[in-house]
Amino acid sequence: MTALSTGVAAAGAAAAAVSPATLYALCGAALIGIGLYGFIVQRPLLRRLVAFNVIGSGIFLLFGATGWRQPHLGADPVPQALIITGIVVALSATALMAALIVRLAALDGRDTLPEDGADSASGTAGGDRPAVQGRADGASRPDRGTHRAGPATRWSR
Amino acid sequence: MSGLVFDALLCTLIGGTAVAAVAGRDAFRSIVFYIVYGLLAAIAWVRLGAVDVALAEAAIGAGLTGVLLVAASARVARLLQRPADARRAADSSAVAAGVEAGAGDGGTGVGVGVGVATQAGASDRSRRAVAAPMRQPDEPARPGRTAPSAGSGSRAARALTALACAGVAGLVALAVLALDPAGAGLSEAVNTRLDIAGAANPVTAVLLNFRAFDTLLETMVLLVALVGVWSLADDRHWGGLPGLRQHARHDGVLASFGRFLPPVGLLVGVYLVWVGASQPGGAFQGGTVLAAVALLVVMAALRPPPPVSSLRLRLALVAGPVVFLAIGALGLLGGHFLGLPVAFASMLIAVIEAALALSIAVTLALLVAGPPQQERQP
Repeated sequence: MTALSTGVAAAGAAAAAVSPATLYALCGAALIGIGLYGFIVQRPLLRRLVAFNVIGSGIFLLFGATGWRQPHLGADPVPQALIITGIVVALSATALMAALIVRLAALDGRDTLPEDGADSASGTAGGDRPAVQGRADGASRPDRGTHRAGPATRWSR
Repeated sequence: MSGLVFDALLCTLIGGTAVAAVAGRDAFRSIVFYIVYGLLAAIAWVRLGAVDVALAEAAIGAGLTGVLLVAASARVARLLQRPADARRAADSSAVAAGVEAGAGDGGTGVGVGVGVATQAGASDRSRRAVAAPMRQPDEPARPGRTAPSAGSGSRAARALTALACAGVAGLVALAVLALDPAGAGLSEAVNTRLDIAGAANPVTAVLLNFRAFDTLLETMVLLVALVGVWSLADDRHWGGLPGLRQHARHDGVLASFGRFLPPVGLLVGVYLVWVGASQPGGAFQGGTVLAAVALLVVMAALRPPPPVSSLRLRLALVAGPVVFLAIGALGLLGGHFLGLPVAFASMLIAVIEAALALSIAVTLALLVAGPPQQERQP
């Protein structure tokens, strides 16, 4: 929430400077901080994926706003084109990461990285660390109902 | 002045939804806030005079990313709930592995099945699972719930992290404020050369002419990402249909929209591609709308997706990059790679945009649909 207060303070500072472009650039800076916080603090990988997208979108907003410092020329088209490219690349990365996260959950029954799961045993019920016997038990994996291969071949690829 | 008040309010809303998307406890809620955040960011882009970016942000940043994340969150929640419930059952009966395998078949997918089933496509298996009442009564059925967020990590550590992140944001803000307020930028350089670019929309001129190499590589990135997603398929599903099988009630809301919206979406998508040469729009925005149309038809279970081994699908995937590369190679005759001859520039840009829009639409739709997960029908 410190990040939010930073954003509000930044908005206040920008109101003094009176330029919409600066205002949005500062908003972008605050978004980078907010996203970074989520990326560090959150354990579930999907939450980190959302935070990653917030960081990226903050960078885009900052970049685009700095391209609008002379409004009489209109928004600078070069940053705009690069941002559109960036949005599409961000979607590609998000799609690949989401597919990897789903695959990890299907194979390993977890939605966090192993090194993060190691110290989260104190989490609430239904925590993010799979039971040890679950890892050896291929039949209990939801996505593997019709899988002919046994547990031994789970890691064969 | 009232404009500035609006801008300040909008920035506050964007910051607030970003905090909710990042710091909330619940993955599903966080994704919903992220979608709202994306739409607000699109309004910010309109305020910044960047309508092309606003269209891309609304369609890709909020729309497709939202669908992708909701679907992934529902699947992960379903995959995780099963072992978690099984573990709880195993704890109470003190028989570890055997009960886990049995209980794993019940009690799953209740939350997901109710909440996001039509969106994310609950499989046959989870439908069967709904019938088996193995869920603990004290476990609230919440859609899209995954592991509790933020795990352990003491309050002090989190406060320190927040402070450090605020510091990073502050440094970036200082760097922004230190910029020359009358910075020149490249607007003039682009605007004075628009007449030789072949597109009256400066953004399209930059994307497909002045910085065409970026755009060419970007289409390659899309293809590589799709190859990466497909490589996560099970062997037995390879060559099959992308995504899970979709179910929707024939007279339900989703199916009705699935029949009503595609004609409108096709018109808007093709219009956006066509108008991109002179007005805000272009291959990326139009292609995204077309991808959304395809996804809607598949999610409403009106048509199955094409198998990933389909030759026509593969051709549609590479059409854009191939046409782009071929025209770029023709530019070599005139002097340099990707250099468009001024006399034909606008025609060539129209050809590239049409081919790109097709490839982008197919690639984005397949990226969101995910790796093949249905065996190929004989």
